Amino acid sequence: MSEATDVSAEGVQAARARRFDAHSIWWRVAADFLHSRVAVVGLALLAIVTIAALAAPWITPQNPYDLMQLDVLDARLKPGTASSAAGYTYWLGTDGQGRDLYSAIVYGLRISLLVGVGSAVMAAVLGTGVGLLAAYAGGKVDAALMRLVDLLLSFPTILMALMILAYVGKGVANVILTLVLLEWAYYARTARGQALVETRREYVEAARGQGIAPWRILTGHILPNCLPPLLVIGALQIARAITLEATLSFLGLGVPITEPSLGLLISNGYQYLLSNEYWISFFPGLALLITIVAINLVGDQLRDVLNPRLQQ
Amino acid sequence: MSADIIDAVPTLEVRHLQTRFHTRAGVLPVVDDVSFTLGRGKVLGLVGESGSGKSVTGFSIMGLVDAPGRVEGGQLLFQGRDMLQMSPAERRDLRGNRIAMIFQDPMATLNPVLRIDTQMIEAVQAHRRVGHAAARRQAADALAQVGMPSPEDRLRAYPHQLSGGMRQRVAIAIALLHGPDLIIADEPTTALDVTIQAQILSEMQRLVAARGTSLIWISHDLSVVAGLADEIAVMYAGRIVEHGTVDEVLDDPQHPYTQGLIGSLPSANRRAPGQGRSARLRQIPGMTPNLLQMPPGCAFAARCARASAVCESLPPLGAPRAGHPGHRARCFHPGPAPASMETSNKTAPKTAMEKRA
Repeated sequence: MSEATDVSAEGVQAARARRFDAHSIWWRVAADFLHSRVAVVGLALLAIVTIAALAAPWITPQNPYDLMQLDVLDARLKPGTASSAAGYTYWLGTDGQGRDLYSAIVYGLRISLLVGVGSAVMAAVLGTGVGLLAAYAGGKVDAALMRLVDLLLSFPTILMALMILAYVGKGVANVILTLVLLEWAYYARTARGQALVETRREYVEAARGQGIAPWRILTGHILPNCLPPLLVIGALQIARAITLEATLSFLGLGVPITEPSLGLLISNGYQYLLSNEYWISFFPGLALLITIVAINLVGDQLRDVLNPRLQQ
Repeated sequence: MSADIIDAVPTLEVRHLQTRFHTRAGVLPVVDDVSFTLGRGKVLGLVGESGSGKSVTGFSIMGLVDAPGRVEGGQLLFQGRDMLQMSPAERRDLRGNRIAMIFQDPMATLNPVLRIDTQMIEAVQAHRRVGHAAARRQAADALAQVGMPSPEDRLRAYPHQLSGGMRQRVAIAIALLHGPDLIIADEPTTALDVTIQAQILSEMQRLVAARGTSLIWISHDLSVVAGLADEIAVMYAGRIVEHGTVDEVLDDPQHPYTQGLIGSLPSANRRAPGQGRSARLRQIPGMTPNLLQMPPGCAFAARCARASAVCESLPPLGAPRAGHPGHRARCFHPGPAPASMETSNKTAPKTAMEKRA
């Protein structure tokens, strides 16, 4: 973007502005994003995983949460075995309770994505709010909030999660709550840093000069300029939350056993690994891996595209 | 003083304004005892070099001085009411509404991620309870008024899609949205090149004259101010050193600093006798004083050829010059420039003064 200032260049810029005026900054980001083939693959994988999770009841032969549909006699069947009663094939085998693993994985993805996205979004809202407040209020409020953030970030995450879950108990909602408590601090720290930088910018001075109320300046002017780095953190935190949930479920503190997530499926199959029934852990593990890698690919590319230093 | 205010209340009266910055290194008297009166529809050019306190004077009037800076003394009478006694909410109500500011860098004063319409509608709604559509119409009207071609298209643009000149027009349109009584323009043409500068200047002149808006034009560029302002106040190291009408200050400068400033002005027309256009520009010897170690007397004394023992105490803004009731200089030795500035500048500044600087 060149700084054109003479009369003729003003005309040229005017023409250019007309051509681009429907295109927002986010359009440019989208175009830049699609430049990387790896990121596009990641985005495609993520789309497939998301659609599969959303459409779970329509694309699976079995509802793995409905105990009436499970047949204990079909437990631990190899991939490709035909069901004894229901008349479909267990393409990915069955687990110890006779669940069709394909169905269990797709349903498990639902829980994993719900936990990941849910906790990341809630943590983002909470953390960004706290970060902006700290940056705006400054002084003692800022110091207190940021020391709290430091404290949270200095604890080992798993340990904190185990402690909180041991207190509040199992359950999807409780896992999400725990992850929000653990993750908001990342957003808070980034949002505060970014907001402090933006507050010094001249457009904030200009907005104050227009008599715009402080909270409007904070939410309407400073926040939009803080979003890019927060978006990147958000994408990567979704992956982190899914991994954490899987870890917690694996350790037996996450979701209840009747509604298995990917982590719990892996955990259930873990004991059979040594007896060569690898698929019970392997396929949920593969699904988890693909999901995490896809999210990370998208997150990395987002970071590159949104980083002003790498642009131009 | 107060007797003549009664019949005609000036738009702005600044009395002994004092703004200090409390830094770790010490207290900086950035604006020190600045006073001036600005009538309705008048244009004041506030001139000085970088760090002379002219911008901070503007920010003080706006109420936008941030920590570590503080307005610590004086009065800011806007239409007769002291703004320093107002609540923050009252002042915010004036900002952008009755008093508007235009900043130097049009690149930086528009929010880069918001479209022009978003920003202008926000500015309208900050002071008026109107709907989105009405606010947008008002924004389009304001853009048309500042000579923006196809304002509807421009409203949908992002700042980076506009040139510097167009962005400054947007900033001016925002300043004019509520028909303010006073506009403070902080070097709004400095970041633009000369042809755009001329357009913006004539546009401002037209708009301000049409509405009777008072204008404070902060600039380091005497030639810009010369064509625009009614009065000029020259600032040096936080104080006004000379104040008068444009003609008085430019044609008949009394303060040696003003004379030096005018002498260092490049001009397309000036030729030194017998030297052609390649004559060297004059400069003022020495440096501006460090605000942390301000001399107790005249701040300019160390660089001044006229300095004498009296200059070690602070000169007041002197009595008006005979026949020119508004023309004052903060100097113990006011007077017209010596016939040959060249020689006076080559003379080294004198003795004790030099050591202190």
